[in-house]
Amino acid sequence: MQTMDQTLEEVLKLASTHFKVPREKLAADDDFFKTLGIDSLQALDLLTRLENHFRVELPDYELQGVSDFRTLASRIQARL
Amino acid sequence: MPVNFEGKAISWSIRDSAIELALRRQPCNEIGSTSLTELEIFADSLDELTARTHALIIYSEIPAGFCAGADLRELYERSQAMGKAAAASGVREFLERIHRVLNTIDAVPLTTIAAVHGVTFGGGLELALVCDLIIADKMARFCFPELRLGLVPGFGGIPRLKRDLGNGVIRDLLLTGRSFNATKAQNTGLVSQVVAEGEALRVARSTAAQLSKFDKQTSVAAKKFIKPIPYEELRQEIDIFCELFMQPAVEQGLRKFVESTEAQPYLP
Repeated sequence: MQTMDQTLEEVLKLASTHFKVPREKLAADDDFFKTLGIDSLQALDLLTRLENHFRVELPDYELQGVSDFRTLASRIQARL
Repeated sequence: MPVNFEGKAISWSIRDSAIELALRRQPCNEIGSTSLTELEIFADSLDELTARTHALIIYSEIPAGFCAGADLRELYERSQAMGKAAAASGVREFLERIHRVLNTIDAVPLTTIAAVHGVTFGGGLELALVCDLIIADKMARFCFPELRLGLVPGFGGIPRLKRDLGNGVIRDLLLTGRSFNATKAQNTGLVSQVVAEGEALRVARSTAAQLSKFDKQTSVAAKKFIKPIPYEELRQEIDIFCELFMQPAVEQGLRKFVESTEAQPYLP
């Protein structure tokens, strides 16, 4: 099974690629709404991309209040 | 009745002997009074349209998704502008009108396909559920968020889900309010095909082209046999919705939604 660090890196790379923000500008503890400049609908889009990429289900309520990449990655890691 | 139509919320035309109904109201095809009026024109045109077609495809021209459901902002503002009793009466009238439209599409003697992408929530999911087949872009998401407003789905969602799916899946969607992605929706039987981003309409057209090879009367007979309309439960749903609508929690929920500046207002 992949490590938490690997999961976090994949989350950051996916966000970087899709939202066209250079990877080096994204940090694990960043607020992804602010760093990526996204709204709630785009966050939903990110959620779907992450579910598709990691082949997991992430119930919306598990992400309520989550706004940093590290916590997001930990929620995914818990389902791998 | 028009064979082609260009409205504010929807448009339709005939292409390769299939009716294509496009949803086109920003921001995400919320169903309010304008959409309903135009959908009624569509429903009233179906007799003439079905005579010259074999399929109906419903899709969205809006990038955000297929349909975000009922226009909650309009519902809240109209409710505030009138007394509680008048608002409740208006809600019942709206529901009876939308049910008539959706029941007409549900029973139309054509094979019907919803080609969905992005947000397919609440009334948007209920619109997709009247179709015989749902073809989903892999970025589609499906959800019934009504419980967080103190309501149940009001456009026929629960009776149609009961017709089509297992009760456990319905309870999951309804009672948790969580959203399913397209793969999950396909695994539950809600979606018939999952396709790449931007491909749902093309695949729906390809599917409609295949259906055109079949004898129309046979297709109509098969549909009538396999797809009964749950009229009694649909009536009950309107009654339950209207009863719940009178609860104080609904006004609070609607106000919270309309006035929300939260980063994640769509999350239950």
